[in-house]
Amino acid sequence: MNLAARLKPFDTPLTLVGAVLFLALLTGLLGIPLLTRIVTVMFVSLILVLGLQLYMGNSGILSFAHIGFMGIGAYTSVLFSMTPAAKELTNSNLYPFLIPLHLPFLPSLLIAALVAAIIAAVLSYPLMRLSDAAAVITTFAVLVIIHVVLVHWDRVTNGPRTLFGVDSYTTLWTSVISCVITIFAVYLFKESRIGLRLRATRDDAYAAASIGINIVLMRWLAFIASAFVAGVGGALWAHFITSFSPYSFYLTETFVILAMLVIGGPSSVSGAVIGTLIVTAAREVLRAIENYINILQIFPGGFFGFTEVIMAIVLVVILIYRPTGIMGGRELRWPGRRRLSPPVEQEPVRNRNV
Amino acid sequence: MINLEFIINTISLGSLYAMLALGLVIIYGILRLVNFAYGELIMVGGYTLYLLASFSPLPWLFIALLAVLVAMFTSLFTELVAFRPVREKSLTAMLVTSFAVSTLLQNGALLIISPRARAVVLPQIFQTSVMIAGTSVPWRNILTILTSLVMLVLLTLLLRHTVLGIALRAAADNFTMTRMLGVPANTVISAAFAISGIMAGLVSIFWISRSATVTPALGAPPLLVAFVATVIGGMRSLTGAVVGGFVYAIVISLLGVLLPPGLLEFREAFMFVFVIIILLFRPQGLISSKTSVERVG
Repeated sequence: MNLAARLKPFDTPLTLVGAVLFLALLTGLLGIPLLTRIVTVMFVSLILVLGLQLYMGNSGILSFAHIGFMGIGAYTSVLFSMTPAAKELTNSNLYPFLIPLHLPFLPSLLIAALVAAIIAAVLSYPLMRLSDAAAVITTFAVLVIIHVVLVHWDRVTNGPRTLFGVDSYTTLWTSVISCVITIFAVYLFKESRIGLRLRATRDDAYAAASIGINIVLMRWLAFIASAFVAGVGGALWAHFITSFSPYSFYLTETFVILAMLVIGGPSSVSGAVIGTLIVTAAREVLRAIENYINILQIFPGGFFGFTEVIMAIVLVVILIYRPTGIMGGRELRWPGRRRLSPPVEQEPVRNRNV
Repeated sequence: MINLEFIINTISLGSLYAMLALGLVIIYGILRLVNFAYGELIMVGGYTLYLLASFSPLPWLFIALLAVLVAMFTSLFTELVAFRPVREKSLTAMLVTSFAVSTLLQNGALLIISPRARAVVLPQIFQTSVMIAGTSVPWRNILTILTSLVMLVLLTLLLRHTVLGIALRAAADNFTMTRMLGVPANTVISAAFAISGIMAGLVSIFWISRSATVTPALGAPPLLVAFVATVIGGMRSLTGAVVGGFVYAIVISLLGVLLPPGLLEFREAFMFVFVIIILLFRPQGLISSKTSVERVG
């Protein structure tokens, strides 16, 4: 058996990882600071989009809470990674027992992701019983609750004020490596027993329940995994941006991440990756236009919101003409005949556009 | 603490929230769409008030009427352009669309007008009070109560005694069946969006009379209130929306009085925890409708 045949079951993540590595190498070689910045943020966004895809794509339920867990990840990681001196400088109101905590970046990141996952596990178990509008409103409620707590719990988060003085640990390569791991993890989750059962509940909840699938448990596990990934994304983002406030983790960011996933196609990992690439590119072009017009001072009151207006229009147009996104639920695959060997579900269940 | 002033304020707040919730529920009942763009209709109404009151010589009553009309036409327009084409696709597509429309309107206001808050010129009556039984009651609150009473009576008459109203109620119960009986879907849905827009327009007048400024992000707080109120009252029932609006007003006013100052700023978080609890134990809300499948386990 040759190598290509052995790797065939992993053709999708390998292709996606190849694309990500190619982009990263190209950026690294070019060495343009602005480009490096954009690409790094893009990889962090990609992790967030993949995390959302993990839940939304497999369960078919829209979740607004995701960015809240990103915020939890960001604030938790910062509490561990900052030096005691920096913490006292930025937030004099901090609980005294939090000040001496100081860990290297990687453990901080993992703790942050774990905290996000634990909070998600506690908050969400009862919510997983809800479907449709009730599910959406409750995840929205979770986002609002997390936001209110982040804004007002100033003994941990510095309140609505900007938290500054975070060390810049996230580089192009840390974000690329995290991205590669996330792509494999999310893909393997989708193809795992849990992922397959969850997708079955998405395609037909009653049929899935009748063959003994525990819908609530499957959704819960996916939600926790999704919050973990969001926590990682938040921690990486925090150590790249280095100063932020709770308003970074609210509706604007939710819209961007959701637009990336929906434009790419929420029910496949490839869709998440392609959506992130396209939306990032489009946003950067639009933002450049917006800035250029602002510099020219054509409009006396400034020229704000142009990027979001165009993105919203594109999103609505995509939803009208291709509601399953660019990938339409398919994964990128290598050409050729598929071997009929385990794992059993070689052909992904076609997204029935729930 | 709980005196006549508190009671009148709470009733006034409750009637405002009831109107707010009605506008959201009337669309949800028929389309199962939680309209995230609903808050932005209030913002649109607010900017109409600001522009006309600052730059036109029109009398205030006329301006208020125009604000309601503009909110209504914006609502109809979003339905025609964005919601109608995705209506048949999926619930998620519709929700994301409404989120996109909300972002679009909000940033449109940012782009066209300004990110800065604008002061709205209000007529004298919104700043004066009247003495009732020894307490001073702002006219604003009395007007809110009266307007919502009139709207409730008009809406009840519409729903009970007109063909359109009966079609609206039938569509909320079983849309497919209603369509098979020859009621055009587009007319019913447009009517629901029009009513929703009118409610948003009226709410915008009273909402803005409280702060006297308008910003592009104005729509978010009323939207959150409407969410909570509808979830409390029942997403499928118009009576539930009114009840939910009043329950919200009572709970939030009581929390304001009873919570210790340190926790007061978390009031909103408490409200949303309350929502989650209600959805868990009574996903159909306080007032339920006959058919409802929101829960799987």
